[in-house]
Amino acid sequence: MAFTPPKETNTGKVYSVTIGSGDAAVTIGGENVLPFHGFEGVVPNKPAIAFDVLDTAPVDWPDTVREVYAGVSDDPVKWAKHCVENLNAKAVALRLSSTHPDNGNRSAAEAAETVKRVLDAVSVPLIILGSNHAEKDADVLVKVAEVAKGRNCLIGKAQEANYKTVAAAAMAHGHMLVAMSELDINLSKQLNIMITQLGFNKEKVIIDPMCSALGYGLEYTYTVMERIRLAALTQNDATMQQPILGDVGMYVWKIKEVSASEEILPAWGAMKERGIGWEAQTAAALLMAGAELLIMRHPEAVAAVDAFINELM
Amino acid sequence: MALTGVEIFKMLPKTNCKKCGFPTCLAFAMQLAQRKVSLDACPDVSEDAKQKLGDASAPPIRPITIGAGARAVKVGEETVMFRHEKKFVNPSILALAIKDTDSGDVMAAKINDCLVSEIDRVGQKLKIDALCLINESNDAGKFEALAKAAAEKAPAVAVILCTENVDAAKAAIAHFSGKKPLLYGATEANAEEMAKLAKSSGASLGIKAVGLDALSTLSDKIKGFGVEDIVLDSGAKTAKDMIEHNTYIRRAALKKGNKSLGYPVINVAVRDNNMLETLIAGLGIGKYAAIVVLSSAQKWKNLVMFTLRQNIYTDPQVPMQVEQKVYEIGNPKAESPLMITTNFSLTYFIVAGEVENSKVPAWLAIMDCEGLSVLTAWAAGKFTAAKIAAFIKESGIEGKIANKELIIPGYVAILSGALEEKLEGWKITVGPREANALPSYLKSRTA
Repeated sequence: MAFTPPKETNTGKVYSVTIGSGDAAVTIGGENVLPFHGFEGVVPNKPAIAFDVLDTAPVDWPDTVREVYAGVSDDPVKWAKHCVENLNAKAVALRLSSTHPDNGNRSAAEAAETVKRVLDAVSVPLIILGSNHAEKDADVLVKVAEVAKGRNCLIGKAQEANYKTVAAAAMAHGHMLVAMSELDINLSKQLNIMITQLGFNKEKVIIDPMCSALGYGLEYTYTVMERIRLAALTQNDATMQQPILGDVGMYVWKIKEVSASEEILPAWGAMKERGIGWEAQTAAALLMAGAELLIMRHPEAVAAVDAFINELM
Repeated sequence: MALTGVEIFKMLPKTNCKKCGFPTCLAFAMQLAQRKVSLDACPDVSEDAKQKLGDASAPPIRPITIGAGARAVKVGEETVMFRHEKKFVNPSILALAIKDTDSGDVMAAKINDCLVSEIDRVGQKLKIDALCLINESNDAGKFEALAKAAAEKAPAVAVILCTENVDAAKAAIAHFSGKKPLLYGATEANAEEMAKLAKSSGASLGIKAVGLDALSTLSDKIKGFGVEDIVLDSGAKTAKDMIEHNTYIRRAALKKGNKSLGYPVINVAVRDNNMLETLIAGLGIGKYAAIVVLSSAQKWKNLVMFTLRQNIYTDPQVPMQVEQKVYEIGNPKAESPLMITTNFSLTYFIVAGEVENSKVPAWLAIMDCEGLSVLTAWAAGKFTAAKIAAFIKESGIEGKIANKELIIPGYVAILSGALEEKLEGWKITVGPREANALPSYLKSRTA
């Protein structure tokens, strides 16, 4: 009997969104099917990967990934340029870690100066992230949004505790917004609704349902992403149709599996490959679940995920 | 198509004899409808009913067991497309490929890689499940030599015999008598002979065709020769093919009641780039491959794949738990701080991770609260002052630390008074509410 492929088409579609400006702008989303299901619908854009760049030297990164940026990581401008010019980064995520009260507590004005310098140095889309301190981020991101005006950056993360301030700043200066909630599809939906109720364009939001590393709760992130995607496509839920962000690197490069040496744990094998594999596999799993934008750290992990995407498209 | 419990009930003896292990025929029927039990459990069902119920009660994806004894592995029996609907049942088999053209040293090294691959993670033993012997030479003698070596050195390991050469298959399979290997290589051209060989050897049969139409036709043909245990290879060469074929096969079996494709799927993840191969194996694990064939099994790669498989196949309705004990983080000394939290795996991983980040050596007491998080466990009466006190006393930690001080999660600050009463001589300190505040909290304590 001839086989008829059981195609499934959807009423809903993920918004196609463009981050950045000019020739280097990157467009993600736009698909009307599950991830990489081009065989039964339209998948117009590849997922994008941004390189993580800190505004301060990455002292707590494990050697495997810290060594890659030795010589450039003392200055975010050098670091960002290195990613673009030598590692072929299509986007950069500038993380203003040193603004955290426990990590230097740099002022919003200093952070804004850093952002300005990085924006002057690179033309690829910039994701600008605070230090994940809701209160301080509100202060920092307002200043940062102002100096980045006109570049259509993706700024964040807006959370329940600070979304009004952060969203208002992004809106005032024409940026996109990362909306982060904690591993719960309902919280994610609720935050999206609250942000759009402020008058924020729903097609300029990126969902961050909170990342987790392989072996450290990945299954929760994976399933929340899958469910968000299914809601967007099969239920045509307009509050869940934004592209999804997987902030992979920062969750991976702090766990034991990427930093314990083979001498200490011979059963775990080569530390360098293990670390790179851990980041790449976390990223690849989240792509399968629905992420369209990833923030990663190790260039070899990025290269592996790129190869994976190319084989899938 | 699937029958409802009531429809099935009408065909059962309705004697409520309990021989099936259920209190009533209706209860049994309900389990049958959910495909949780086999009709074989009812000794009195009529032949007529068996006929009618046979198709309906068979799982939509046939279970297949490869290998025998303690290392036998089972695949198939999946019932959903997405893991949140109901758990994925039988974890993908990871099979390490060995070619009969490999040197003796390479063969021996690979067999050894498989044998020593077992790792314990969160209480589960994870390993490379099978060897996939490949008749690269197309020579029967060489293939038999490889089969013999594998059967001798790894007698307990499940084996996949990959060849389209019937003579080579015959020679190799003789070494796995009674061990239920998977004979992987039936094609349109050799279907009848391979089917005969699989039947006479007690092997399951992996069938290969290019595309789902041809695969469906071949599957029917093989079944016509009397082979029941079939594994499907759709000829997927790229990740793009894999996700398309595997999705269509799973959907056809689950949603359309397609019997021709109601079998487990095998994918070859072998790639020149080992990191990419790891990710392709991951694609198989997440997207419906029952068996994934690999070219190598380094320890780092195994740990990545095993962990992903464990994550994807975790029951989303049953929280993962870690063992109750006092964990040592960063070689703690007698003066190091002691903290307590619950044994929900996510709680443990996040707290342990943040303590590790702090670089402050510490004792982390993980208490069995049936896998609930701190607030839920407290609300459910499983993380109470009396229970915490009992656990701390029994744990023996008292003898290892200098200061009797216990740091409790900020969310259960309310327990501190009662705990000080129950744990006489102890100081109870309220720690931060969220794990991400632990590094600065621990650093400030030592400063």
